[in-house]
Amino acid sequence: MAEHSNLPASPDAGGHDEAAHGALDYGTRDERGRFILPLEEHHQRITDVDPRAAKRAERQVAWLFVAGAACFAGAVAAFVGFSSHELIHVPMLGNVSASNFWLGTLIGLGSFFLGAAAIHWARRLMPGDEAVDYRHSLRGDEDSRASAIEQFKRGAAESGFLSRPLVRRTMLGAMALFPLPLVVLLADLGPAPKEKLRHTMWGDKPATRIINQGSGELVRPEHLAVGGLINAIPEGLEKVEEEAGTQNERAKSSIILVRMNPSEIKAQQGQGWDYQGILAYSKICTHVGCPISLYQQRTHALLCPCHQSTFDLSDAGRVVFGPAARHMPQLRIGVDSEGYLVSLGDFAEPVGPSFWERG
Amino acid sequence: MANISGSSRRRPYAGAVLLLAALTTTGAAYAVTTSAIVSPKSAAASAEQIELGKRLFTEGCSSCHGLAGQGGSSGPSLIGVGAAAVDFQVGTGRMPMAQADTQAMRKPPVYNQEQIDALAAYVASFGAGPGVPDPSQYDFSNANVARGGEIYRLNCSQCHNYAGKGGALSDGKYAPSVMKATPKQIYEAMITGPQGMPVFSDAQIPAKDKQDIIAYIDYLQNAPDPGGAALGRLGPVTETVFMFTAAIGAVIAVTIWIGAKSR
Repeated sequence: MAEHSNLPASPDAGGHDEAAHGALDYGTRDERGRFILPLEEHHQRITDVDPRAAKRAERQVAWLFVAGAACFAGAVAAFVGFSSHELIHVPMLGNVSASNFWLGTLIGLGSFFLGAAAIHWARRLMPGDEAVDYRHSLRGDEDSRASAIEQFKRGAAESGFLSRPLVRRTMLGAMALFPLPLVVLLADLGPAPKEKLRHTMWGDKPATRIINQGSGELVRPEHLAVGGLINAIPEGLEKVEEEAGTQNERAKSSIILVRMNPSEIKAQQGQGWDYQGILAYSKICTHVGCPISLYQQRTHALLCPCHQSTFDLSDAGRVVFGPAARHMPQLRIGVDSEGYLVSLGDFAEPVGPSFWERG
Repeated sequence: MANISGSSRRRPYAGAVLLLAALTTTGAAYAVTTSAIVSPKSAAASAEQIELGKRLFTEGCSSCHGLAGQGGSSGPSLIGVGAAAVDFQVGTGRMPMAQADTQAMRKPPVYNQEQIDALAAYVASFGAGPGVPDPSQYDFSNANVARGGEIYRLNCSQCHNYAGKGGALSDGKYAPSVMKATPKQIYEAMITGPQGMPVFSDAQIPAKDKQDIIAYIDYLQNAPDPGGAALGRLGPVTETVFMFTAAIGAVIAVTIWIGAKSR
């Protein structure tokens, strides 16, 4: 029964019932009741029988060690020989640092030769006899078990844990208070954001001018060609950031401006929220808040690179694909008396990903 | 005892030596210089040029874009796209398209520069649009690479990747790699907004900033990878694929060697 020959050796498990039914035979046991595992017939290697082959293997191992040593010496030479700025062209790798390349190649090859020599040595020259090494039983013998219990009891008595209740109780009390500071530290996770997630800088004034984030200049409608895109922020954002010392406001108020032919706009979140085909949408994905401006002017699709949520900016920022659950919030825009693009009030809803209290 | 012949005894060892020899020779470096692409000069429009352009347009473009460039079911209108759009689309081989597809791919141009100039002049005569930029417009010799990187990361990197390698968009479309784009083509792409790309007119990104962007892309195109194989500069994706296939594969091979019975 070759397929059963690898079952674990166990002196007391099974065997009898099967033997009684005469169905299975697990093989012979030794004097302690453990199965004697059948070993494959021992094949002698060529190096076991042919001294010349053994000598050859010995030389091969030695050569591998020599090759390893040569590589390590070469690595030192490469470190000395190449300046760290020198570049070489290596096929498939491109222009890489000569020093890095040779150090890595030679140290890697050298380590490989070292390991290969050790394995070759073990496989060819070290004893090749098969042997079975049985697991010993996990249960200790009776003497050591009794001795362990005895030591434990003596330790309890000598420490006075039972006879000195004052020490015992104060210790337990101290241990009970140990987790308390860790719980108190959780208070630093706050303060709660309260209304902060519901408002952006765009609502601070009745009309906030819009700044081209790239050029830092105020945006005028004539700046934006049909099919164009501008990454924009509210005027005064940098001052707010400097005072707050954070970029939190930027994370909420970043927008993109796109311009399309007014006849292509199918729907908006409010009547006339565009200005002559210029639409302003939040730049923050409503799924988990990645900033997105992968806008394809032909299809008006705004794609989030993080999880492929896609919004149709010609159709009120509707989700057309992906995990986002809500449309992209639109910002109502117009122009002021000097002809600059301005936002007319805040977003009508919180921007960015959903949160518990959003409703 | 098995009959052991000399050849069967040496073969596994010889294979290992061969592999090591191959690895060592691959590691030994040799330098290959690549030649730079030189873009031809453009010429001014003339009556003969428009005439040649009309002939080429009727033969090669009108089946999709219409005889008067008015567009049709298989191709958009070309009225008002301007000469820059033609120079970009035909100069990068995207037009004419080999077959109707989600997106026109970059391929070797079908027309020579003279023919492209003629086509551009003819299409520009349909209606005003961005003209082919003058070499001084995309000259980046005095540009600021660092600022170009900033503007690139703000306006370009979300689609074209931080290292200019391009990336996937929706519905099988993609933003192409900019590694082969010439300064002129980069400028034309920005002012015309080819295919799904938004338009970045000189009012949105001033010409000076465009030159900075071009300088940054030129840097990306020529920057070496001192740290070793760039693996497409795609970051953890290709690096993980490499580790899982090549590196773990090598570990498995060595493990099999260690575990194999020695003869």
